[in-house]
Amino acid sequence: MKNKPLSIILCLLLVCFCICGCAENDKATNKKEKLYVYNWGEYIDDEVIDKFEEETGIDVVYDMFETNEIMYAKLAQDDSAYDVICPSDYMIQKLIENDLIQELNFDHIPNSKNIGAQYYESSRSFDPENKYSVPYCWGTVGILYNKTMVDETVDSWDILWNPKYSGQILMQDSVRDAYMVALLKNGYSQNTKNPDEIAVATKDLIAQKPLVQAYVVDQVRDKMIGGEAALGVIYSGEAIYTARENDDLVYVVPKEGTNVWIDSWVITKGSKNKENAEKWIDFMCRGDIALQNFEYITYSTPNTIAQENIEDEDIKNSKVAFPDLSEFPSESYQYLGQDGDRLYNDAWMEVKSADY
Amino acid sequence: MKNVLKKLYLALLLIFMYAPIITLIVLSFNSSKSRAKWGGFTLNWYINLLSDEAVAGALINTLTIAILATIFSTIIGTVTSIAMIGLNTKLRSFIMGITNIPMINADIVTGISLMLLFRFLHIGTGFTTILLAHITFNIPFVMLSIMPRIKNMNFYVYEAALDLGASPVYAFTKTILPDLVPGIVSGALMAFTMSLDDFIITYFTKGSGFETLSTLIYNEVKRGIQPEIYALSAIIFVVVLTLLMIVYRVPSSKTKEKANEK
Amino acid sequence: MKLFKSKSSAGLLSAPYMAWALIFILVPLGMVFYYGLTNDSGSFTLENITTIAKPGYLKALIRSLRLAVISTFVCFILAYPLGMILSSMKLSKNTYIVTLFILPMWMNFLLRTLTWMTLLEGKGVINTVLEFFHLPTINVINTGAAIVLGMVYNFLPFMILPIYNSLNKIDENVINAARDLGANTLQTFLKITLPLSLPGILSGITMVFIPALTTFAISTMLGGSKILLIGNIIEQEFTQLYDWHLGSGLSIVLMVFIILNMIIETIFDKGGNA
Repeated sequence: MKNKPLSIILCLLLVCFCICGCAENDKATNKKEKLYVYNWGEYIDDEVIDKFEEETGIDVVYDMFETNEIMYAKLAQDDSAYDVICPSDYMIQKLIENDLIQELNFDHIPNSKNIGAQYYESSRSFDPENKYSVPYCWGTVGILYNKTMVDETVDSWDILWNPKYSGQILMQDSVRDAYMVALLKNGYSQNTKNPDEIAVATKDLIAQKPLVQAYVVDQVRDKMIGGEAALGVIYSGEAIYTARENDDLVYVVPKEGTNVWIDSWVITKGSKNKENAEKWIDFMCRGDIALQNFEYITYSTPNTIAQENIEDEDIKNSKVAFPDLSEFPSESYQYLGQDGDRLYNDAWMEVKSADY
Repeated sequence: MKNVLKKLYLALLLIFMYAPIITLIVLSFNSSKSRAKWGGFTLNWYINLLSDEAVAGALINTLTIAILATIFSTIIGTVTSIAMIGLNTKLRSFIMGITNIPMINADIVTGISLMLLFRFLHIGTGFTTILLAHITFNIPFVMLSIMPRIKNMNFYVYEAALDLGASPVYAFTKTILPDLVPGIVSGALMAFTMSLDDFIITYFTKGSGFETLSTLIYNEVKRGIQPEIYALSAIIFVVVLTLLMIVYRVPSSKTKEKANEK
Repeated sequence: MKLFKSKSSAGLLSAPYMAWALIFILVPLGMVFYYGLTNDSGSFTLENITTIAKPGYLKALIRSLRLAVISTFVCFILAYPLGMILSSMKLSKNTYIVTLFILPMWMNFLLRTLTWMTLLEGKGVINTVLEFFHLPTINVINTGAAIVLGMVYNFLPFMILPIYNSLNKIDENVINAARDLGANTLQTFLKITLPLSLPGILSGITMVFIPALTTFAISTMLGGSKILLIGNIIEQEFTQLYDWHLGSGLSIVLMVFIILNMIIETIFDKGGNA
C-alpha cells in the first residue's frame, strides 16, 4: 500500500487544477457591465461602439453574422448568447413565433420616436403591433455592375443568366435572396409556397451555376470594388459606398421588382442585460449617432433627424439610398413557416450541391 | 545524375510548400490593397495590426487556450499513462480504445458531439467549453507519445532502488520519470501544436464574443481578406520559424552525436 | 511490475481520465447517435440517415469521397519519393529537411488555405504574374482542382511524416541482403521496401483521407461556396438550418466511412505482416 499516497496526491492535484481553471475563468467574465450585440458584418461604425462604451461605461461584446439563418441557428441554440440583435423582417417574424425575442419597453427607448412613422407602419407586416422591434436600416436588393465590363443596359434580373458574363457573376449565398432573384425573374412572388414555382426557380438557379463566380455575402462589395466580377447581387446600402470607392460601379433595381427589407433591433428572450440592451437601442436611435453611422455604412437610415441632417445633397436626394417605392414593384419577405422553410432549404441544397 | 534528380525533387517540393507563404509575406509589405498591383513598400499593415484589439485579443485567447490545454492534457495524460502500468491488459486496451476515438474520428464529428454535450448540460459556450474540448482532443496525443516508452520500460531499476531503501516517490522520480520525460515533452509539444492549429472543434464549441485566431481568420475570409491578415501570417511564420529553430537545435546536435557514435 | 502495490491505486490514478473520457468522449458520441436516430418529437427514426440517399446529399458525399481519394493519392505520390530521398540521406541533414517540411504545419491551418486563395483568385498573384508575361491566365479558383490543391498543401506533411518514419526504420542490412541474393532495384523495392513501409503508408492515408473527406473550411474558402462537400452540409445543418437531427444523422454516415477506412487498413496491415 506504499503507493497509495502518491496516487491520491496526483489525483487531488488534477481536481485542483480543474477547479482553479474554472474559477479563474468565472472571475474574468463577471467584472463589468456587459452587452452582447449580434449584428450583420460591416454594419456599424466602430466609433459608434466606442462612443457608446464611453458614455455608458458598458462593455460591448460585438459579434457579426453573415445571414439571418446563421443568426437564427445561433439564437435557437442559446437564446441568452446575445442581448440585442439586428435581424431582418421575415426573421423577426420567425423569432416572434418561436418565442425567442421579447417585447420592448418603449418608455426606456425614448429616442425610438426619431424613427419615421412610415417605417413602423411597414414593420407591421412582421411585427403587427410594433411591440418587438425598432428599425435600424432599410433598403432594396439590386444588381451592382461594372460599367467597363457590362456594355448593355442592366434593367432586368435576366442579365444574371447571360452566358456572356460567365464567371463574372456574384450571387448571394443566402437562400431567400437567391430565390428572390430567380422567382422574380419568372414573374412569381418572392414569398411563394407553391412547390412548382420553387422548382422552376431551382432549375433556373442550377442553370445559372456555371456562370456564377462564387456564392458570397459580404465579399460582394470588395470583389466588385476590386473589379473581380462584372455583376453582383447586393443590398442597396452598399451602393453609395461602392460608388465612392470605384466610379465604374452602378446600382440598379431591376424592372421585375425587388425585395424591400428592414433590419430592426430586437432584444432576445434570454437576455441577461436587458437594461443595457435598451440603452443600446436608444443610443442607436439618437439623431447624431444614426447620422454618423449612416455616413459610415451608407445603409439607408429610417431616422428622420438623421435624414434631415445629411449634408451631402446628392445623397440626401439619392434615389438609391431613399428610393421611391412606387417606381418598381416591391414586396417584403415573409416568414413562410417551418414547411416553407424546409421547401426552400431542400431546394437550395439541391442548387448548392449540383454539378456544373 | 541521380543525386541531381533527388535534389531537384526536394527543391520543387520545398518551393511548393514555401512559395505561397513567401508570397503572403511579400504582400504584407504592399501598400496597395489590391493583390494584383505593387503599390510600393509599406509597414502600415503591421502598424494597423498592432493597434487592432480584436487580433490581439484573439491571439491572447489562442495562446491561453493552447497553454492551459497543454498543461492539463499533459498532466492527465501522464498520470493516466503511469496508471496503465498497474492495470490489467483488458482495462488497458479498453482505455486505449476510447483514447483512440478522438484521434480517428473526424474533427467535425468531435466538435459537434461536444457542442451537443455542452448544450445539453447548459454550459454557456465560451472560454471554458473551448478549453474542455481542447483538453479532450489533446490527451490522446500525450498518451500516445508516452505509452510506447512505458511498454519498453525496465522496472528493475525502480525495484532495485526500493530494495536499496529509497521511498517509492523518490525511486519513481529518480528512475521512471526520467525515462518518460522525452515522451512527455514530445506529447506536450504535439498537444500545443494541435491546439494552436485547431479550427473545426473550436468553431463548434465557441460562444458569443470569443474568438481564437482560427475563428477570427475564418470570419475575416468570409468578409474579404484585409492586408492586415497578411501581416499577421508573416509574423506568425517568423515566430514559428524562430521557435522551431530553437527547439530543433537541441535534438539535432544530439542526433549528430549519435551519428558520430555509429 | 511493482510500481503499484495494489490494483486499486492504479485504478484510482486512472479514474480522473476514465471519468473525463466518459463525459467528454463517450457521452457526446452517444448524443450524436441519439440525435441522429430521433426526430423532432424524440421518437426513433432512420430518416436522418437515409436522407443521405437523396440526390443533393448523395452528390455531395460522392464528390467528397472523390476529392478525398484524389487528394490522398496525390499526397502519397508526392510523399513517397520524398520519404525515400530523405531516408537515404545522412542523418544530420535529414532531420533538418524533415523539419522544413513540417514547419508549414505550425502555421495556422486557415492561413495556409488563405495563401492559396490569394494565389489562385481571378485577379490573384498567379494570374497577375501570367498576365505580366502575356501568358493565358488560369481559372482554378472555385473548382474541384483548387480544393484538391488546398487539401494536398494542408495535409501533405501528414503523409510525409509516417512514410518517412517507416522508411527510416528499415534496416539497411535487409536491403543489402536482398541485393546480395541477386534482387534488382525494382525487385528490392517491391519485395522489401514497399511492404516494410506499409504501416507508414496506411497511417499516412488515414491521416490525409479523413480530414480531406470531412473538411468544410477548405471547400468554403477555395470553392467559393459553389462546391458543396458533405462536411459543408453537416456544418450548415448546425450553423444555418438548425436541424441537429439531420446533422447528427449525416455525422453517423460519415463515421461509417471512417470505420470502413479503419477496417480496410487493418486488413491491409495484417496482409502486410503475413
